[in-house]
Amino acid sequence: MFKRIMMPVDLAHVESLGQAVTVAADLAGHYGAELVFVGVTATAPSRAAHSPEEYRDKLAAFAAQKASRHAITTRAQPIISHDPAVELDDVLIKAVGEVGADLVVMATHVPNMADMILPAHGGALARHTDVSVFLVRHA
Amino acid sequence: MADETTNQGIPEPEGHSEVIATDYEIGQDNIEAQIGPLKFDIHNPVFVISAAMIVLFVAIALIWPEGSKETFLAMRDYVKSTFDWFFLLSANFFVIFALFLIVSPWGKIRLGGSEATPDYSYPAWFAMLFAAGMGIGLMFFGVLEPVYYFGTPWGDQPLGGALGIVDGVVADPAALKAARQMAMAATIYHWGLHPWAIYAIVGLALALFSYNKGLPLTLRSAFYPLLGERVWGAWGNAIDTIAAFATLFGLATSLGFGATQVASGLTEVFGSGDATAGTRNFMGFLWGNADGSSDSSVLLVLIITFITAIALVSVIRGLDGGVKVLSEINMGLAGLLLAFVFFAGPTLAILGDFIGGLVGYAKNIAPLSNPFGRDDTGFLHGWTTFYWAWWISWSPFVGMFIARVSRGRTVREFVISVLLIPSLVCVFWMATFGGTAISQVVAGASESGVFQNVIAAYKPEISLFAMLGELPLASITSVLAVVLVIIFFVTSSDSGSLVIDTITAGGKVDAPVSQRIFWCIFEGAVAGVLLRGAAGTAGLDSLQAMVISSGLFFTAVLLVMCFSIMRGLMSEPR
Repeated sequence: MFKRIMMPVDLAHVESLGQAVTVAADLAGHYGAELVFVGVTATAPSRAAHSPEEYRDKLAAFAAQKASRHAITTRAQPIISHDPAVELDDVLIKAVGEVGADLVVMATHVPNMADMILPAHGGALARHTDVSVFLVRHA
Repeated sequence: MADETTNQGIPEPEGHSEVIATDYEIGQDNIEAQIGPLKFDIHNPVFVISAAMIVLFVAIALIWPEGSKETFLAMRDYVKSTFDWFFLLSANFFVIFALFLIVSPWGKIRLGGSEATPDYSYPAWFAMLFAAGMGIGLMFFGVLEPVYYFGTPWGDQPLGGALGIVDGVVADPAALKAARQMAMAATIYHWGLHPWAIYAIVGLALALFSYNKGLPLTLRSAFYPLLGERVWGAWGNAIDTIAAFATLFGLATSLGFGATQVASGLTEVFGSGDATAGTRNFMGFLWGNADGSSDSSVLLVLIITFITAIALVSVIRGLDGGVKVLSEINMGLAGLLLAFVFFAGPTLAILGDFIGGLVGYAKNIAPLSNPFGRDDTGFLHGWTTFYWAWWISWSPFVGMFIARVSRGRTVREFVISVLLIPSLVCVFWMATFGGTAISQVVAGASESGVFQNVIAAYKPEISLFAMLGELPLASITSVLAVVLVIIFFVTSSDSGSLVIDTITAGGKVDAPVSQRIFWCIFEGAVAGVLLRGAAGTAGLDSLQAMVISSGLFFTAVLLVMCFSIMRGLMSEPR
């Protein structure tokens, strides 16, 4: 049913991914899909990495680790953005097309007041793409 | 790494760029919190201390406006006159250092590593450099400065030379030509190589240590070769706090003064009523001043609110969707106005001023940049030292912004593009606007609007409109000029908010959007509060005086940055 699953990850907050990675990996295993980890980084050093090259390496290592842990095919797709804090939605929406994903699995929070002003990224993806979007809430 | 001495802190070059191996993780001193719906990710000491100091100084300015103004103005004047040699010699050194970098073998090192590609195209890049760095100054001083040096009755012309117009009578042709050339040369001196060298050095230092060495994008990182790991502690906190402070106050006072300029411009061009009778007003906001200046704080606060609102939209849309777009619009409109004045004005005279100005600049740059044995202290302190202190205290902001948008350029490309090309554009701008104005003064003497508003009575904010008033389509160009001034303030405000946001988030460029919204609004609020609360512009004057005094501290910072740049470049693979 699904050939390629896309999972946006925030390497600076890996702990907040929670069980979403397991869910994505299970789906990938079940459907024999490729799991593509998409990470967005700025050009300037950030908490996740000192440079875009280092970020690319870290994301690749992350993907490789998940591949061996869950016995699935994974890929890393790092994306460079000039201003990730505001461009994240647009970058992810574009990435869905570039990756050629037919399912997006994302970790997300329970909706709160903040979403009225600064809506969650999962919601934006669901609204503006035509692929299936699976939002895995934090426990 | 932690037990190595400072001198061994930077590893031997290998690979395409040499990241500094430090255990410091960006954001490790940050507090990530959520207040209601808004997320924050702030650097603990820097954010808190900057915000607290800002509130403290605003309170001082509000509670003792005249007293604090006197104190800070005295401090500024002391700094300007006592340390004039320090400012001038340092600025000269920066120019020479920057020119050296262009020709040196280190020029081919690329910011971001040898495989990096430029983040922005040349047009977008230039637009952002200008809009952040200098746009508003060009609008304000373009007419004012050349005319002032040409005919000032206050004895502060450059190098004490002969004036082109004395007591309303135009001088003889030889003196006229000399005065004109000197006026252009001195203006070019202030807007040419020296300020751009200052920005280039800060920008280069920050870009190098961030994109090549992997350190956070904030001022303290440029001190790593000198301070090593200590840079993450109190020393670095102090540097970043002062930078954030100077940036915020520089922006807020600039915004406040800018609002008065816009208000005066609006009243002059579109107002009704009589300035002499004190009834001149714009849209019903009453003026009281016979000289046409505005102190209706309601109008000023409205202008600040308007500018802040547009800046807020720009900041929320981010670097590419907001700042870049506005900067490009700015450059387009400014180019339009420039082309109009060039063709509608005395085109041949302008070209003459362009060449003559460059020749005069080359001839006079040495005496103008020499701080010793000068008799023209009115010019030296009132203009040159004032400018150098102002540019230098502005440089953390402009330099950081330039660094943010310059990844992928080689050092040579970077310095040429930040130093030489903007200087040339400034020269052409000054020749066009200033040259046209001088021609109007020569042709009309005491009848010309420019003469009346710069020499006869000093009303600087009117000077641009007075010049445009004597060219065709004056009402259209005046509207364009007002719009341009407003948008230039917006682009300073939005890029400044991004810079302060980054500094107070410990160098993170991806802090939550709510933070930059906070800083954008805070800046506007500081400007508005100072205008409403203090006696006229006393609050702004005193805080601007304080910012300029901080130029002394930053001059020392920049000298250290030159040292760091060399250390950084020498350890990069070539």
